[in-house]
Amino acid sequence: MLSVEAADKTYPNGTRALAGLNIQVAEGEIVAVVGGSGCGKSTFLRLAAGLDQPTHGRIRVDNETIVRPHPCVGLIFQEPRLLPWLTVAQNVGFGLAELPRAKRDQRVKDVLRRVGLAEYGQRWPRELSGGQAQRVAIARALAPHPKVLLLDEPFSALDAFTRASLHEHLLDLWNAFKPTLVLVTHDVEEASVLADRVLVMQPNPGRIAAEIEVDLSRPRDRYGTEIEAMKRKILWALDRSLRRDSGEDLSPAAAI
Amino acid sequence: MTAIERFDHPGEARDSGSVSATRPNSAQASNRNAARFLLGIALPVALAIGWELVVRAGLNEGRLMPPPSRIFQTLYSLAITGELWIHIGATLGRVGAGFLLGVIGGTLVGAVAGASRLSREILDPSLQGLRSVPSIAWVPLFILWLGIFEESKIALIAVGCFFPIYLGVLGAIQSVDRKTVEVGRIFRLTTPQLVRRILLPAILPAYVVALRQGLGLGWMFVVAAEFMGASEGLGYLLIDGQQLGKPDQIIAAIVTFAILGKITDGLLASATAPFLTWQDAFAAKH
Repeated sequence: MLSVEAADKTYPNGTRALAGLNIQVAEGEIVAVVGGSGCGKSTFLRLAAGLDQPTHGRIRVDNETIVRPHPCVGLIFQEPRLLPWLTVAQNVGFGLAELPRAKRDQRVKDVLRRVGLAEYGQRWPRELSGGQAQRVAIARALAPHPKVLLLDEPFSALDAFTRASLHEHLLDLWNAFKPTLVLVTHDVEEASVLADRVLVMQPNPGRIAAEIEVDLSRPRDRYGTEIEAMKRKILWALDRSLRRDSGEDLSPAAAI
Repeated sequence: MTAIERFDHPGEARDSGSVSATRPNSAQASNRNAARFLLGIALPVALAIGWELVVRAGLNEGRLMPPPSRIFQTLYSLAITGELWIHIGATLGRVGAGFLLGVIGGTLVGAVAGASRLSREILDPSLQGLRSVPSIAWVPLFILWLGIFEESKIALIAVGCFFPIYLGVLGAIQSVDRKTVEVGRIFRLTTPQLVRRILLPAILPAYVVALRQGLGLGWMFVVAAEFMGASEGLGYLLIDGQQLGKPDQIIAAIVTFAILGKITDGLLASATAPFLTWQDAFAAKH
């Protein structure tokens, strides 16, 4: 579904954020990308979203090369980035401008109900809590029914309880629409609870250091021993990837 | 420059006052607004009544500072002879025309300067230089170029309105969050759509503030323009009152200025309020 083929990204300041990155993500799969700061994980996501272009190589979705944001690819940012002058419902319907009004309203209602905010359509973004705002952002990204949904550390600014409840919401939505999910995170618990596969990235230049299959059945118990073991496995791989590269965090630009 | 900075502040103060006055969200809020209004007018009303009593009691003849009753008398007689309306009409016409020109110019140039770095680097230094010239200093030149009648007066007011609006538009465009623009890009908006659905709503609050500041300066400069030699207008009433020794007429004109300034600002604020309800919701909550 999503394939990254020998993608290289060098920023104008000379920072090499990605070096020959190869990633294949199957349809409906949930892949988590973890790594230290400056490992190029956010750069990878921006390339996949079509917000930036690789210097070499290419990114394809459904065999179509991504050169600009693609209708089949949605992106959820680290912050909700709701438009404060639109109501919650208008924010969710933001990407549906080409649909007829009745259909759009129905779609908005449906997706708001799925994130548990059916009653909040007429609220202003200012009136929402952080977790609610991020749920609206998820609803906005899901409303156009993207085949691939990219998530850039979407829960990192939230407290642990809100984060756990949003993980449940995300899995519900995934069950309903079965989109391909690519989740960039620095939270190994998040990766172990959600993902089918975890890619560990390594900085200077950004590349894949390890690939870990998470062959646990869902629903998963986030406090269970299996998840604990998985977290240790990921942490160990992360630790090794960072130790191999002692010049830590030389390229802050790559973290953008 | 200092003149403009100094003049900015009354505009901002007026800003917060009338926004809350136009937002009667609940009975409690409107009660509080009423109480604030009463508190706000208590001092001038007390002073006026006190002075009236002092003059009535014969403690002062009120020749240089006439009592309120005499000022209202003057206003009333100006009103029934129709003279007042002619002066108000002339002044309003000048402010309106000058403000309109200033808004058009300030908005267009501000948008061009905000649109690209190159145009900003070409335009902004010159405009900042011109801005530091006190606007009144243009008067002799405008009179030479445009004559002593309406054109030079309107030009002066337009120049006064131009700068706060230019600065407001430019600053608003520059402060639009790159992250918000990225949301538009993710949803594949075309450039016109990006302007209409993201940039315009994002700059609107700052634009309204700039418009209100511009209008405030328009009222400021109309007086200067009418001092330049006018046969009608509220500024003419001021000069005429000074030359003929009629302090009641001067104060009547000042009172009229205050009322008109407040009314036009209120109209501007309430005309733009429907576009800014999302901000109101925020302010009301806090």
